[in-house]
Amino acid sequence: MKTVYMDNNATTRVDPQVLDAMLPFFSERYGNPSSIHLFGGQISEALVRAREQVAALLGADPSEILFTSCGTESDNTAIRGTLRSYPEKHHIVTTRVEHPAVLTLCKELVREGYSVTELPVDRQGELDLDQLRESITPYTAIVSVMYANNETGVIFPVEEIAGVVHEKGAIFHCDAVQAVGKVPIDMQKSRIDLLSLSGHKLHASKGIGALYVRKGTRFRPFLIGGHQEHGRRGGTENVPAIIGLGRACELAAEHMGEENGRIRALRDRLERGLLEAVPHAYVNGHPDHRLPNTTNISFEYIEGEGILLLMSREGIAASSGSACTSGSLEPSHVLRAMGVPYTCAHGSIRFSLSRFNTEEEIDYVLEKLPPIIQRLREFSPYWNKKETFSAT
Amino acid sequence: MWNYSEKLMDHFLNPRNVGEIENPDAVAEVGNITCGDALRLTLKVDEEERIVDAKFKTFGCGSAIASSSALTEMIIGKTLDEAAGITNKEIAAYLNGLPPEKMHCSVMGMEALEAAINHYRGIETPAEDREGEIVCKCFGVTDKKIERVVRENNLKTVEDVTHFCKAGGGCEECKPQIAEILEGVLQEMRSPSGVERRRVPRGKLTNIEKMQRIMETIDREIRPALNADGGDIELIDIDGDRVQVALRGSCAGCAASSITLKMSVEAKLREFVSEQIVVEEVVS
Repeated sequence: MKTVYMDNNATTRVDPQVLDAMLPFFSERYGNPSSIHLFGGQISEALVRAREQVAALLGADPSEILFTSCGTESDNTAIRGTLRSYPEKHHIVTTRVEHPAVLTLCKELVREGYSVTELPVDRQGELDLDQLRESITPYTAIVSVMYANNETGVIFPVEEIAGVVHEKGAIFHCDAVQAVGKVPIDMQKSRIDLLSLSGHKLHASKGIGALYVRKGTRFRPFLIGGHQEHGRRGGTENVPAIIGLGRACELAAEHMGEENGRIRALRDRLERGLLEAVPHAYVNGHPDHRLPNTTNISFEYIEGEGILLLMSREGIAASSGSACTSGSLEPSHVLRAMGVPYTCAHGSIRFSLSRFNTEEEIDYVLEKLPPIIQRLREFSPYWNKKETFSAT
Repeated sequence: MWNYSEKLMDHFLNPRNVGEIENPDAVAEVGNITCGDALRLTLKVDEEERIVDAKFKTFGCGSAIASSSALTEMIIGKTLDEAAGITNKEIAAYLNGLPPEKMHCSVMGMEALEAAINHYRGIETPAEDREGEIVCKCFGVTDKKIERVVRENNLKTVEDVTHFCKAGGGCEECKPQIAEILEGVLQEMRSPSGVERRRVPRGKLTNIEKMQRIMETIDREIRPALNADGGDIELIDIDGDRVQVALRGSCAGCAASSITLKMSVEAKLREFVSEQIVVEEVVS
């Protein structure tokens, strides 16, 4: 069966060149980089190189890159580390649309006695910077705001946010898991203090992440143990995955123009095509302030799981903000925070593209999806009564 | 992805009896768009009260559509009295099972059927929010409905309740209330037979017996409800009839916790161990 993978915000295919770079480190180059003998020595040289590659993609200094096991660990390290570095401060500011890696952590921190402000977003998924400014107090240790939203692709004005945060004397952490590799980031020009990224979102493997820690930022380790990562993260390095991440970052830099050119064009074509072919369909999120690879479309009066199951029968992989696909009963917290009406929220589908998608695949989805929507609407008790329920 | 049975997938991909009967003899609509699923059922009923045709329209996930399809297949040809006996468990069984999180889809089917039969017989189905009190505000679920799904499906945990009727699946604030309702029904279900329980024994217990009974009672009667709510309880010490416990997880530091403790833990220990037990909370 033909398969079309358009769920790249969930995870990406490991680039074959990344895999090639990783493979020797599973076999002949198996040394522990901490060892003094030549098995270890050649590995630590490879790690230096990988760290440089990651730093290069971000315009950072290699010493500012800390390897972790995933984006979630990077987020936990950044937030918990900052809180421990500023014991006199006990307030955290974040947003309602963060990834669970940050939101659930914040809920846990509330149980531990910290206070948390979750900033709302508007109908297009955007923040109010005045509200952000007002929310930061002298007791705010850290502000954690994502670079780009995983569900809608909405990009926050992180540099302006960094400015506001610094003006008020707090640390700014940015979960950039969805942005790194998709939009150019230059930490030399940026004012972000801490920035999280995840390997498997940019064609490296799962099990690897990184945290950028700006020089001079107070830091306390999250994983305590050996002297690895200059004592900032204990635990033997996941060497093959780190090598893969380095190569993936190098490739991401090479393909950056394509993200904003070809991939954006494919996304726009898919979005336009679906909106033209399907009535009562709406894009969620600001149309311009958005990642080039992501579109989140609500198909009114039907439920997302059915759409995904029927698309899957045609070999098409995407994801949904509907309640039923996750086992929770409420639709996506992001769409609810944006105030997307329930007639729309349950039937939202996210397509997230990568450089491996082709024009032919877009045409395939444009051919297969509209009849699926039509079919499910025929089952829906709301479709023929839509005037009563319409979101518009 | 869900582990849906082949039969369920078949009923989702090729649903039977989709649509709406013109001039139906009975109509029911349950659920709503906010909650994420809704079902409109229309029936044609002959003079002998036999369901000669049934059609549905469903807004919802794969298992909601499949449950609706299954329901129509199950009731066509049955008399209203026969159909009225169909339970949500039978709908789930017809589909070779539903994932636990999706059991509420079968409950929706059963409710639609009941409402349709009531409509045919001219009985006004009381709106759920008028029968009993709303416990779960997110999904508008009443205590009566919770009691009913617990009883009919032999539910044991708050999580089960959420899976079967959605209560507690939103903001989760009502979970302690659900735990209370659940406990009430379970007690009532157990007490007539009394098989599962060993009431306060006659005669004096040795210290070791008492300790064992206290630990057993906490494990059996108290911990599950707390666990369901993200909390836990730890037995710290036993000194004569004074039992010291500490609350853990989300129960720790909860303002309602000492009341919870006094009311439920002490009551249980008095019921199963000794009338003299006094429970104290240790804050650590």
